[in-house]
Amino acid sequence: MTDPLLRVEHLRTYFHSPAGIARAVDDVSFSIGRGETVGVVGESGCGKSVTALSLLRLIQAPGRIEAGSHIWFEGRDLLTLGAEDIRQVRGNRIAMIFQEPMTALNPVFTVGDQIAEVARVHDGASRKAAWERAVEMLALVGIPSPRERASNYPHQMSGGMRQRVLIAMALVMNPALLIADEPTTALDVTIQAQILELLAKVQQAFGTAILLITHDLGVVAETASRVVVMYGGQVVEEAPVRTLFADPGHPYTKGLMQAMPRVGMDRERLTTIPGSVPPPTAWPTGCRFRDRCGFAWPRCEAEAPALVPISAGHAARCHLAEVDRPPVAAPANAARST
Amino acid sequence: MIAFLFRRLLQGVAILVTVATVTFVLIHAAPGEPFAGQLDDVRFTPAQQAELRRQRGLDQPLATQYVRYMGRLARGDLDVSLAQQRPVRTILAEALPRTLLLMSAALFGGFALGILVGALQAARAGSWADRVAGRITVALAALPDFWLALTLLLLFSVRLRWFPVSGMVDPTMHEYLSPLGRLRDVAWHLALPATTMALIFAAVVARYQRQALLDVLPDDFVRSARAKGVSERGVVLRHALRNALLPTITLFGMALPALVGGSLFVEFIFAWPGMGRAAVEALSARDYPVVLGTTLVSSALVVVGSIVADLLAAAADPRLRRG
Repeated sequence: MTDPLLRVEHLRTYFHSPAGIARAVDDVSFSIGRGETVGVVGESGCGKSVTALSLLRLIQAPGRIEAGSHIWFEGRDLLTLGAEDIRQVRGNRIAMIFQEPMTALNPVFTVGDQIAEVARVHDGASRKAAWERAVEMLALVGIPSPRERASNYPHQMSGGMRQRVLIAMALVMNPALLIADEPTTALDVTIQAQILELLAKVQQAFGTAILLITHDLGVVAETASRVVVMYGGQVVEEAPVRTLFADPGHPYTKGLMQAMPRVGMDRERLTTIPGSVPPPTAWPTGCRFRDRCGFAWPRCEAEAPALVPISAGHAARCHLAEVDRPPVAAPANAARST
Repeated sequence: MIAFLFRRLLQGVAILVTVATVTFVLIHAAPGEPFAGQLDDVRFTPAQQAELRRQRGLDQPLATQYVRYMGRLARGDLDVSLAQQRPVRTILAEALPRTLLLMSAALFGGFALGILVGALQAARAGSWADRVAGRITVALAALPDFWLALTLLLLFSVRLRWFPVSGMVDPTMHEYLSPLGRLRDVAWHLALPATTMALIFAAVVARYQRQALLDVLPDDFVRSARAKGVSERGVVLRHALRNALLPTITLFGMALPALVGGSLFVEFIFAWPGMGRAAVEALSARDYPVVLGTTLVSSALVVVGSIVADLLAAAADPRLRRG
């Protein structure tokens, strides 16, 4: 494999406050190839959004990307760039779309203005040329009568349309990487499907790599080729999408899958993972998932598991995934000595 | 839009009628009466005073006087001053432009400075510069305007002699100056009273503006702007400040009446011959028509000010526009 488009190495993003240090992202490494779609999955508070924001250095104080982290992109470490250099990457080589199309657009500017601004700041396009570009982009993302719509303000549009506007805004400069942070969470299901379809189309047409951040394994199954599962600020499993669904290596991943509603499911209640994500100021010792894990055994408390390879491209951060890999379905293994 | 304006103007008329009534009742209920000031003038006998009052209808029952005054008002007649023997309209027409000059200099200067300081503070929130500016603005906002006026007067006029002590023009030289020279003369006289008011406005506005901007900066759309590669300056000035100006615009509308009302103390201290001084003098002379006239003009501007504030807010915030 050639050099990946983006390689994140040992990313640690901590929030420093009098109450303690919140280790929201704690030594995360992964990579994305050119034109590839990678899904990052996890529940609220697992660090996936902070990871996304860290990539463009959009973390605000008291958050800080710690020394020793690296984000390699197109031959440069983004974390060593000056303010002006990183500004030129944002919205240009790496674009981002956000979870809340309702609030992610500026209420006092027309959507055309907001899309045109990208061309103006990165291309130095004239006001008129940038506006034409905005109209083109609106047409590209499937907004009907784009010329009229460009003069609309965000509040005059539906949620789905605003998300299309955000996507249009992200695509103006034809970025090499598109980070989509929960792009469909705030939308209803039919609109979700349309937006995912649009993202897939964009990727085919422009070869854009997509980092898709979501809590929804269903979304990942439809769009991503590779999946990174995050928990407690760490990567707990990484696998090609088929492998992950066929043979999940981490109890947390299994839990997520069981928590997924499926058509034809006859149970009335959804399975849930007991408990909730512990606060990032106080991750448990050893394995961070052990308090909620049905398979936890003494070693999980004593020793933090490493991300161990299972097969090609598949790794999990679990003691059960090590070497002989006993059947995960048997908690009786807890008796095994370390 | 037209319907909106019409409705607001109708409300305005109702407000003015109420203000005229309340002021009329209050000033007649207050102790003292017109022409009493000239009592110690030996040539001015009680009989003559009574005659003057009779001539002006002040001996009539209050209800009659009220109906008469409102009748005049309906025809746009503000009556004649009791103390100055001139139409109130003429007195206001003289005083109003002077106050407008003073207060517009103060308002625009104050708001511009306040927005700038507040925005800079918010952009560097928590820095020592922000903290120092915060102390200064809270002190200025809390100070009485007459104290600041007197302090500036003592320092810059009396001690340093950089600016004149009082008035709007040089009483002896103004007539002989070239047009440009007259302009400079007025500006020179304007400097201290306008600065006094501007500093106080700026302090209040800066505190509003800082907070408004801090409220907006964590918003998602600000992050979006950063994510698309807008410079930090553009993020703060174009994206955040534009939204954070909305509360300040409301504040501006509320401050507009001061344009006409002037500041009683500041005009008095600097002997600025404007509306504030006219009102103070009229009150002490029990010059009923002038008191009513100044009150009505100020009230009218409150009405207009709130309409202007709404229009400005609609211009700045597309969500407030109709249709």
